[in-house]
Amino acid sequence: MGEFKVHRVRFFDYMPSAIRTMAFNSQTERLAVARADGAVEIFNFNDNFFQEKVIPGQDGRAIEALCWVGHRLFSAGLNGEITEYDLENLRPQYTVDAYGGPIWTISSNSQGTQLAVGCEDGTVKIFAILEERIQFQRNLNRHKGRIISLCWHPSSAQIAAGMTDMITIYDAETGQATRRLLVDRAMGASKNKEVVVWSVGYLSDHTIISGDSAGKVQIWNGLTGTLVRTYLVTKWDVLVLSVSKDESSVIAGTSEGTVIQFQFISSTLDQHDKEWVRTRTFRNHSHDVSALAHTDTAVVSGGMDTQLVVRPLLDKVEKNTQESALRKIAFPHRSLVGCAKKAGLLLFQFPDRLELWKLGESEGHGEQHTHTHTLGEDHICCSALSACGGWLAYSTVSSVRLYRIHVMISVSSSLQVPKLPKELRSVHQLCFSSDSSKLFASSCQSSVIVVAVSQQECRYLHTLKHKTVSTMLYRLHLLCASDDGKWLATANTDCEIHIYNLHKMKLHCMVPVYNSCPTTIAIHPVTNNLISVHADQQIFEFSLVQKEYTQWSRRLQTQGLLSLWLERDTPITHITFNPKNPDHIILHDTYMFCIIDQSLPFPELNAVLWNQMTLKNLPVSQRIGQSHAFKICKIFQHLMCVSLLEDLSLVVVERPLLDIMSQLPAPVRQKKFAT
Amino acid sequence: MVEHGDIRVVHCGGSKLNFRDPVITHDSRFLLCASGEAVKVFSTSTEECIHELRGHTGLVTGVLLRPSNHLQVYSSSLDGTVRLWDFTDGILIKTCVIGYPIYSFYASAKHENVIFIVTSMPSEKRAERFQLVAVHLPQSGDQLVEARELSAVLSGVNPNPAAIAFGRGVRIRRHKDNKKGGWNTFTCVACHPKDDCIATGHEDGKIRLWRNFNHKKEYTYSTLHWHHSAVSSLCFTPEGTNLLSGGVESVLIQWRYKQESERDFLPRLGAAITHITVSPDGSLFCTSHSDNKITIIQSCVKVSAVIQGLVKGDSIRTDLMMDPRSKALVLNGKPGHLQFYSLQRDKLLYNLDIVQQEYIHESGLQQFEVVKAAFDASGLWLATVEERHQKAAELELNLKLWAFDEQTQSFVLNTTISAPHDAQITAMSFRQTADSQTTLLVSTSKDGHFKAWQLAAPAHTEDEGPSWLCDFVGAYHGLVPECCSFSADGSLLAVAFQEVVTVWSPATWELLTTLSQPPGAVSDLCFGRLSCSKYLLGTTASNLLCCWNLLTCSLEWSTSMDVRRLLVDPLSENMAAFCYQSGSTDLFVFKPSEPRPLFSRKAVCSGKVTQAVFAPREEMLESCEESSQWLNRSQLYFLTQQMVNNISSSTCFLFSPLKLVIDDSVAMTPFYLLLGKHRQQQQEHRDSDSSLWAERTALPQTSASIKELLQTPAHVLPSTSYLCSMFVQSLLISVSDAREEKAHAEEEMESEKEEEDSEEEMESSRSKPELVAAATESDAPALTKAQARELRRVRKLDHSWLAGLLDS
Repeated sequence: MGEFKVHRVRFFDYMPSAIRTMAFNSQTERLAVARADGAVEIFNFNDNFFQEKVIPGQDGRAIEALCWVGHRLFSAGLNGEITEYDLENLRPQYTVDAYGGPIWTISSNSQGTQLAVGCEDGTVKIFAILEERIQFQRNLNRHKGRIISLCWHPSSAQIAAGMTDMITIYDAETGQATRRLLVDRAMGASKNKEVVVWSVGYLSDHTIISGDSAGKVQIWNGLTGTLVRTYLVTKWDVLVLSVSKDESSVIAGTSEGTVIQFQFISSTLDQHDKEWVRTRTFRNHSHDVSALAHTDTAVVSGGMDTQLVVRPLLDKVEKNTQESALRKIAFPHRSLVGCAKKAGLLLFQFPDRLELWKLGESEGHGEQHTHTHTLGEDHICCSALSACGGWLAYSTVSSVRLYRIHVMISVSSSLQVPKLPKELRSVHQLCFSSDSSKLFASSCQSSVIVVAVSQQECRYLHTLKHKTVSTMLYRLHLLCASDDGKWLATANTDCEIHIYNLHKMKLHCMVPVYNSCPTTIAIHPVTNNLISVHADQQIFEFSLVQKEYTQWSRRLQTQGLLSLWLERDTPITHITFNPKNPDHIILHDTYMFCIIDQSLPFPELNAVLWNQMTLKNLPVSQRIGQSHAFKICKIFQHLMCVSLLEDLSLVVVERPLLDIMSQLPAPVRQKKFAT
Repeated sequence: MVEHGDIRVVHCGGSKLNFRDPVITHDSRFLLCASGEAVKVFSTSTEECIHELRGHTGLVTGVLLRPSNHLQVYSSSLDGTVRLWDFTDGILIKTCVIGYPIYSFYASAKHENVIFIVTSMPSEKRAERFQLVAVHLPQSGDQLVEARELSAVLSGVNPNPAAIAFGRGVRIRRHKDNKKGGWNTFTCVACHPKDDCIATGHEDGKIRLWRNFNHKKEYTYSTLHWHHSAVSSLCFTPEGTNLLSGGVESVLIQWRYKQESERDFLPRLGAAITHITVSPDGSLFCTSHSDNKITIIQSCVKVSAVIQGLVKGDSIRTDLMMDPRSKALVLNGKPGHLQFYSLQRDKLLYNLDIVQQEYIHESGLQQFEVVKAAFDASGLWLATVEERHQKAAELELNLKLWAFDEQTQSFVLNTTISAPHDAQITAMSFRQTADSQTTLLVSTSKDGHFKAWQLAAPAHTEDEGPSWLCDFVGAYHGLVPECCSFSADGSLLAVAFQEVVTVWSPATWELLTTLSQPPGAVSDLCFGRLSCSKYLLGTTASNLLCCWNLLTCSLEWSTSMDVRRLLVDPLSENMAAFCYQSGSTDLFVFKPSEPRPLFSRKAVCSGKVTQAVFAPREEMLESCEESSQWLNRSQLYFLTQQMVNNISSSTCFLFSPLKLVIDDSVAMTPFYLLLGKHRQQQQEHRDSDSSLWAERTALPQTSASIKELLQTPAHVLPSTSYLCSMFVQSLLISVSDAREEKAHAEEEMESEKEEEDSEEEMESSRSKPELVAAATESDAPALTKAQARELRRVRKLDHSWLAGLLDS
């Protein structure tokens, strides 16, 4: 496996932003998660919970609610605007001001024809969903007090709206309030404090379920307007409710960090009178649970502690499978760290700034911080650092900037390149060629713009495009140029990988489509083989010259990957190669890094991976028998980047979760035993 | 070997009340609980034991009301039988022999005449496995039936009865097939009486309510968490509106079913809850506690009755002692308390709080424990030692001296000496003198010193009374003193320093002499009494029993035996030694002056005898037989640790002589014989019912008429005159000797009385002529010929007077 000098970098103080709300689309199995900084992330639940898309946020944009209508995603926020997103180009498509003050909630009816928003001024506004846009239809009767939560009846005839101290049921046709359900305030000292109905659910049997700031989950009969049951689940707030698709289960998230499940079950075996019963309690968060989604098999929750937790319901999934494991998604599924291998520079990408650090020379001495860029109100979507360390490029939703960097011993300066070709406007991914002479940028319509960068000027060269049969053009989310400057590989979110010949400036070939999204790709510097790792943890090696999978890849596919490898729950986000030993491929995910030795045989499928200490104790003959291609190192945890510099020292960028936890604000309330 | 056929070990009480969950009858008037080899019937209102259902020959492992007849009760036992009782009258109705030891059993109203028992699986392996078996009880009128229809239901179940419960028609069990490792193993299970809901208690203190379990996979559960340690018992109320749970916290929690956030607490129940039961009408709750107590609670708010048995903690660290005043047995009971236990009534008299600190109900916490206690001869003073091991290095010790207060009739704390020694106190002894002015207490400790404490007059006049001060600190070559003993007259103090016994004069604190018998440290030391007071006896760790003569300061004799416990009878010169040999304990009673033991018995009981005590009798007996004379003045009690079914239950035994000779000093009228004896018999009847006291007397069998006379209730008896003639006739029939007709009649009658009493004991092995002979024999050495004649004359006179009275 070899020995490396390791730069253990712990000064990347990346801080994920709190999860504000989420919406699950059960048709496409996509989960949209809105963070407090306004970013929206799309997770594909069909593809191993891979974070497919990230729409960068914006200063001042606070998303309060998300809503799927078919494939379209709408959000509303306290700035009073409704936004629809362009999910291909990863930016807001348009915004509509509702003119009702801050919007607290948004909800669409089951047919997907109307959108209701609840505003600060107490109005429920109905928008018609048209092709390409939405149009204001009418206001429902206005009430004093803000509308905090909304839910359509599945028949789209009624809307339940949660307000302060009450729930109002509107007739969606006439706009009249048909019923008011008064919600009790909390007992004791907080009697005078008004109770806020944070969330409502409206079931098809006209049962209304509400969660409020007094810590109650209440079941109402919507037809008669009577209270059926009250469950006092916490002393603090019930922030969010989510109903399963078959309406047999409801989950409630509280500000204690717990998620409580209620189930609609019959009390005895042979009778059919069912009732709502409080059942399980999940305690996976340390802070408020402010976003919840009830999928068919799992409870997805997120909150102030920035982690997305997928907790499978054990009665719905097979036991002891990968599906039944609890998953916590803490880090983005892409690399936020750029590494200049020749210059020893590190580029850290934050939502609102970039930091450039120079790695120190000797043991013990820290790496020195060279530069920080702070930017405008749009957040960064991608960045790149050239291998020589001379160029830095980043992109926001609307613009691309390119900087020339001069690094001296202690002083460094950066110079913005003033004139960029106008084709470089909105890009999704940036990549420099290995000799730093070209900048590749993935643009809209699945095209790659090639720009030549030199001291004098910055010149547009070519646009690489491939012909497709489908009308949908998918965004390229991965770019990779080969070391010899001949090849460029691109991967898009439709799982296609294209290879371009940069000498001829045209498409060379396309890798056979695998049904899982590639999480990272890399071209081997010596053999010019393309290594791709996919969201389901499969590894492929594709020979660019022969335009086919290599022997090694075929052997790996026939034998299969070992189960320990497949059961990992974070994707591989970066691949590097060892220039000394071309057989070594270095990959990493959040919890480990691995060196795959292509010259060694694969381990057995269910093999136990021995650690080095036990292997050392074995006799030599046995040790050779134990050696296999996968060498996994778990010394470093919560990895953001593992890269091999030119001087063969390993750079390991860690971001311990505990550091993130300690930077979170104090929880509203933590459940302590016996209180 | 000495003849000992008439001395036996009697189990006299102190058995566990909390071994299995008790049962409350339908009318809530009685509470039945398994207690040793019997089932006790208590009144729920008066706490008194009403009957004792005896008949099992093994440990009773379960009591259940018969589902089809609520006036009858089943009991199961390790002897492999299930018995059906009428508990109101205490009558055995039926015995059903199953043939396998029953560890727990269940019955449900749905399954007529079927009971479910847990027995061990027949397997050759050491590791015991248990199975649940359904037994169809045969329907026949016979008293003794054998059940043959057995069908196995389930194997690999937990023998703990809390692991199985009946639901609505379905039977549920959970055994230790646990999925998620150590912390959430099931500890108990209960089924909702109406809904399909199972409550399980777990090791980690959680209660889970499982629903939907009939479906293949769609089960779901909710979790209730209040307990911080394992939930030991769960019970639904009969209507299913509440769930009761309890654990080591000794708080009874009432959860509202379906409103689980609302719960009621009944705290401060005294000790960890082991079982909870609810009366069938739901009005009474009943909790068993780990300190051998049953608490009856009315509607979850008020403790209405407490039935308390002998408290046996983890270990009895104080010795068994007799309180000289109340003649109660004293030992440490509840944590931090001394209990005073009446042996006569098998009842806890009271607890004396020694530590006077709140006890925290949490396992693994180091708390103060009473480790030593001693009474002085008059019972005026009580000395106690409490200690707490926080860490290995830090030892907290308190020596407390308590004075008896005549007004409150209890002990009042007089002096607290904190840290009396630097290390653990190994022994403590009062000087046994009659005058209480010069009371002296000696304590020995592992720090190598022994200290004498004396009651000193107050230094200042404003002080309330005298308090205890250290008088002398003694040591011997830095050795660790292990035990100490005062001679009977208080003139000598013997302190054993490992192998060396030092004898001191308490008056001058002068080291008089040293005795030693290496190798082996002396572990027990006592002086002889009365005529043997010149002897000092000690046992050593190398299995040697030594007897030194203090006059010659030399070893009188020594014998090699593994003496675990050496006791001296305070009222006679006898000594008792318990020796442990190959799994059982032997008893030897001897006088130090005589080489031959007065009494010896091999294998008195299995296991080790850890504690024993001589208890003085209320009235002295005069036994003639040599072997039982040592029991005339006092009785010997000992405590065993019986390991039954992995549940330790210790039981008290005592020795009782079978023979009793009537005291001749009392005028021997037939009335006395009739009424006095009858009263005595009643007394004994009651005694034996409540298992308070082993039979004090054992007399030969009676003739039928007297038996009839005494056992028939008064309201159905014929007129007294008719009875009298019959009674006299019965006396006359048995006369065979013409020479001393009346006297023989007397004697005969006497023996008949004796017979009659022994019948109470169900001892049928003795035949009449032998006993008569024994009786005459026993009379003979006590009285001279002339005295006997005089006695007979008196008897004759009395009898004629009675006859005259009856005739008139």
